Amino acid sequence: MTTRRLVLSRSAAIIGAASTGLLLPEIVRAQSGRVRVGLMLPYTGTFAQLGVAIENGVRMAIDEKGGKLGGREIEWFKVDDESEPSKGVENANRLVQRDKVDVLIGTVHSGVQMGIQRVVRESGVLNLIPNAGVHAATRALCAPNVFRTSFTNSQPTLALGQAMMAKGHKRAVWITWKYAAGDEAFEGFKESYTKAGGTILKELGLPFPNVEFQALLTEIASLKPDAVACFFAGAGAAKFIRDYAAAGLKNTIPLYGSGFLTEGVLDAAGPAADGIITTMHYSDSLDTPRNKQFRTAYATRYKLQPDVYAVQGYDTGLLLAHGAAAVKGDLNNKQALYKAMETAVIDSPRGKWTMSKAHNPVQDMYLRVVENKENKVLGVAAKALADSGAGCKMG
Amino acid sequence: MDLANFLIQLLNSVQYGLLLFMLAAGLTLIFGIMGVVNLAHGSFYMLGAYLAWFLSSRSGSLTLAIVLGAVLAVAFGLLLERLLFRHFYHRDHLDQVLLTFGLIYIFEELRSILWGDDVHGVKIPELLAASFPLTDTLSYPVYRLFMSGVCIALAIGLYLLISKTRLGMKIRAGAFNRDMTEALGVNIKRIHAVVFALGVGLATVAGMIASPISSVYPNMGSQVLIMCFVVVVIGGIGSVRGALIAAMLVGLVDTFGKVLLPHVAGMLVYMLMAGVLLWKPEGLFKQ
Repeated sequence: MTTRRLVLSRSAAIIGAASTGLLLPEIVRAQSGRVRVGLMLPYTGTFAQLGVAIENGVRMAIDEKGGKLGGREIEWFKVDDESEPSKGVENANRLVQRDKVDVLIGTVHSGVQMGIQRVVRESGVLNLIPNAGVHAATRALCAPNVFRTSFTNSQPTLALGQAMMAKGHKRAVWITWKYAAGDEAFEGFKESYTKAGGTILKELGLPFPNVEFQALLTEIASLKPDAVACFFAGAGAAKFIRDYAAAGLKNTIPLYGSGFLTEGVLDAAGPAADGIITTMHYSDSLDTPRNKQFRTAYATRYKLQPDVYAVQGYDTGLLLAHGAAAVKGDLNNKQALYKAMETAVIDSPRGKWTMSKAHNPVQDMYLRVVENKENKVLGVAAKALADSGAGCKMG
Repeated sequence: MDLANFLIQLLNSVQYGLLLFMLAAGLTLIFGIMGVVNLAHGSFYMLGAYLAWFLSSRSGSLTLAIVLGAVLAVAFGLLLERLLFRHFYHRDHLDQVLLTFGLIYIFEELRSILWGDDVHGVKIPELLAASFPLTDTLSYPVYRLFMSGVCIALAIGLYLLISKTRLGMKIRAGAFNRDMTEALGVNIKRIHAVVFALGVGLATVAGMIASPISSVYPNMGSQVLIMCFVVVVIGGIGSVRGALIAAMLVGLVDTFGKVLLPHVAGMLVYMLMAGVLLWKPEGLFKQ
């Protein structure tokens, strides 16, 4: 009885293995000649929606270019990185070593990106970053095979200082979470605001992701600055906006911030968000034919309104399609591929942008104000703004 | 810091402390009286917040949502106790940790399926939506004071329930010596079911009351869970009075830490905990 069951289960295992292709992977691979594209994005956890928006954007851009890369069919590989930095290297290696991808698209979380950075710098696999704004990726740890299509954490705030001084706010308080993204956003604000002649009265911070702001709001009220600038994102941003208004500060001390403050939280924040001025590389309400066409196409295809993350994913797809077309699908022709991507002009919904020497977008930063749960564009706060790329040694 | 500012920060500390107390009270009850380590406590807080958002956006009234939500939460607590927790009272703490850790994931996934991953805001009831001015630049939201009032009422209610009523006497007896209490004819199973449902109810109500201020978002439970454990450990496991005092201490240290020592603010609460444990290894008020 036991023997028979064993035989049965073994043969079942073999059939199972064969049907999933475990027994004949080499044959299949050799026949296909497909481009292997790996997506390493968060599909669960806090950033799950960002991962989905990015993937949607990538696929839409490539489908608009005929659904192929340089004439070759695509085989997709997906890994959920869970926004878990401790698994960053392991997950990147799954795509690079196990799935042998030609290009790795990822990711959202800066800590996870540092894991990807290590793997792709060692293996030389092409990496396109659709969101993570960590400075090092296009500064000290930049690499010829790493391209970013989003922003650096200090890029939005680099446009903020001038805009605040133009409104006559000469003394400001800065407030953020004390972690890498907050510190990097402060770097951009400090540089632009002091250069424009402003004085930073105090730099306030609280540990990430603590959302008990009351003590610091009391501090702001007693300092009486002309304006407050900040970096917060996600649920914490919604709470900060509401607490700021509830403390009565909204009417006396204007609130400014990096654009992520008012992305995806305007429904939750309600009228408390009205009048907040932010700077960012995109706005849903950007009034250009290119953006409108993109938004209609995305909404029709996915029955979902696109956001800035969908745009970044879309641009990632455009950049990849552009590079692959230039080398006619031969992604191993790295020199020509990188050259094509470095010189690309991406016709994005956010406006045309180019690559900096360190492989980060040189892009316009928009000045936006919240009105009726929408980020209304006031104008361009900084034209063709580039990250310094300080410490990047390449080429 | 001038006097006015100091007093306002003191108010902030007390208000934060009271909220922490409301969160930790349920945890310390379940932990101390039933000996169950309930890591899913934070999930009940999240459940409360989502219920408040869902029910108030349907019914248009937060008060109605809180009443309805509290009833649902207690029923849910009783059901969970009957189906799962009852089988774990005599098991090792590690088994309980595994069960409740698993529950966190299940609740998060259910939340994602039922209500999605968006951030939501809950509207403050019209009656409490105002702020009153404290200084020429700073106002204080009435809702925060209301929240503190609810927490104080809960603290008094819990104190009366546990030390002045017959049920409270049985609860204390059961925590002190389970077998002897049972031998004297007290239905300890029913007592445990009541305490568990009460604990779940407290966490859920805390989530509902706090939802207009904290906003409603995925994983919100895990953020408060750690602070809850800190409060319970400082106060002494199972002591409601200890939890109240510990919550106040944590509120003070956190608030003034952020203002006076911003660079180490993240550590201060944990240093307080370490200090208390060195001095009194079983917490301030071990039962």
